Amino acid sequence: MQVPASFEYRRASSVEDALAQLERFGEEARVIAGGHSLLPMMKLRLARPGLLVDINDLHELDYVRLEGDELCVGALTRHRELLESELVGRLFPIFHDAERVIADPPVRNRGTIGGSLCQADPAEDLSAVCAAVRAVAVVLGGGGRRRVPMAEFYRGPYETDVGTGEMLVEIRVPVVPGGGSAYEKVERKTGDWAIAAAGAALAVVDGRIASPGIGLAAVGVSPVGYRRAEEALAGREPSAEVFAEAGRIAAEDCDPVTDTRGTAAYKRHLAGELTERALRRAAERAGRPVAAA
Amino acid sequence: MQVTINVNGEDRTAEVEARHLLVRFLRDDLGLTGTHWGCDTSNCGTCVVLLDGEPVKSCTVLAVMADGHRVRTVEGLEGADGLDPVQQGFIEQHGLQCGFCTPGMMLTARALLDRNPDPTDQEIREAISGQLCRCTGYLNIVRAVQWAARHPLEASAAPSAGSTS
Ligand SMILES: Cc1cc2nc3c(=O)[nH]c(=O)nc-3n(C[C@H](O)[C@H](O)[C@H](O)COP(=O)(O)OP(=O)(O)OC[C@H]3O[C@@H](n4cnc5c(N)ncnc54)[C@H](O)[C@@H]3O)c2cc1C
Ligand code: FES
Ligand code: FES
Repeated sequence: MQVPASFEYRRASSVEDALAQLERFGEEARVIAGGHSLLPMMKLRLARPGLLVDINDLHELDYVRLEGDELCVGALTRHRELLESELVGRLFPIFHDAERVIADPPVRNRGTIGGSLCQADPAEDLSAVCAAVRAVAVVLGGGGRRRVPMAEFYRGPYETDVGTGEMLVEIRVPVVPGGGSAYEKVERKTGDWAIAAAGAALAVVDGRIASPGIGLAAVGVSPVGYRRAEEALAGREPSAEVFAEAGRIAAEDCDPVTDTRGTAAYKRHLAGELTERALRRAAERAGRPVAAA
Repeated sequence: MQVTINVNGEDRTAEVEARHLLVRFLRDDLGLTGTHWGCDTSNCGTCVVLLDGEPVKSCTVLAVMADGHRVRTVEGLEGADGLDPVQQGFIEQHGLQCGFCTPGMMLTARALLDRNPDPTDQEIREAISGQLCRCTGYLNIVRAVQWAARHPLEASAAPSAGSTS
């Protein structure tokens, strides 16, 4: 039987209350949202917080809405709510592509977008999605509210820019007119973590690619860092060749390791192939399908 | 810590450690051993119960997190008028062999039918996709849920013995 080590538990009654607890207990304290990454880690003693601050009552962090030209998602929004949101599916189908293959329905009933991003597991699908759509994390703490782009949010595996006494409260995604997005994942079996996965977003403005974004899961220390591939897309006319080139660069720039899910070489191959496929599907959704190479 | 959890319609209060898992609270403290416990790692889904009406893996929920919430276990499926149609469906369609996965499967089926009374084969398979069955090959589980869909709650107060419809 796996049981976590002892800890204290407080249920936060407001965001301010949660922050006060986090501030007071410092390094010892951890937020618990869905608990579907944290509790398994605590059972294995990979995490041993002295205090859990439960934010599940903070319904003010559970929303999906459009504010101006940004899609705003509260940190406590569950996987299932993202999957069922018509607004999310319409503006960013990449979220629905990913949510359909993240874990399974009972896990999706609990797991949250905030927990997914803060877990910063290199294989986390929503991290790659948020990287591709150039999301901005809104982090709140004693020092105030900070907007952190995904490129700066990830400090490495299991490490984010969210400091002691802070919490992630919102994810904001810029809505790009004429945009399309898609996610492609290869896994061993239904509901499993990715062997490799790729997210892509782009817009087509005056026949040329604008605001390209690429995020990869499970093939490096974090989902970000594909600037070279993005630069190979920006300003070009969408075509099978351009997408293949971006895929080739992404495969070059990723850094997979061999594990039980596959060899590094296989994952690198997938990274390129899935990037290319995601780009093609994103272009199709942006209203600019390209013919096969 | 003291928790009060509404289990199958009844408030149950107990003193628990914060690290106590919901599955252990149900099985050890309340003696509701119908909720099974397998992998302990949120993978097998045999521990699925309904939390506020939705399937969750109770090995990955703290009892203190369920404080003030509603939990439904397999013991709460049977109504005053007899078995839930889902239970009857598992009998009619041989939806189980060893029975290990069955409580979780039936609760997921109940939650699915509550939202979607007429699910497609694909929707049923998707709903149970987080729960492993080592015996049936899933086909009869899908048939059991389809049977229950054809015999909604009101109509199935007294299912006829041995009916094969
Ligand atoms: C069987 C299984 C299969 C899975 N498969 C996949 C998969 O295929 N793809 C995938 O992407 N994920 C998968 N997951 C992970 C799942 O998506 C988790 O729900 C998610 O990683 C964590 O979300 P959570 O809300 O449960 O976070 P928690 O476990 O509650 O928290 C995770 C971490 O984030 C911190 N945290 C949470 N919320 C905040 C916040 N608002 N501010 C600051 N810190 C916060 C916590 O302190 C903790 O360190 C799987 C999980 C399981 C159990
Ligand atoms: S015991 Fe909970 S998922 Fe296996
Ligand atoms: S009936 Fe044996 S595991 Fe499903």
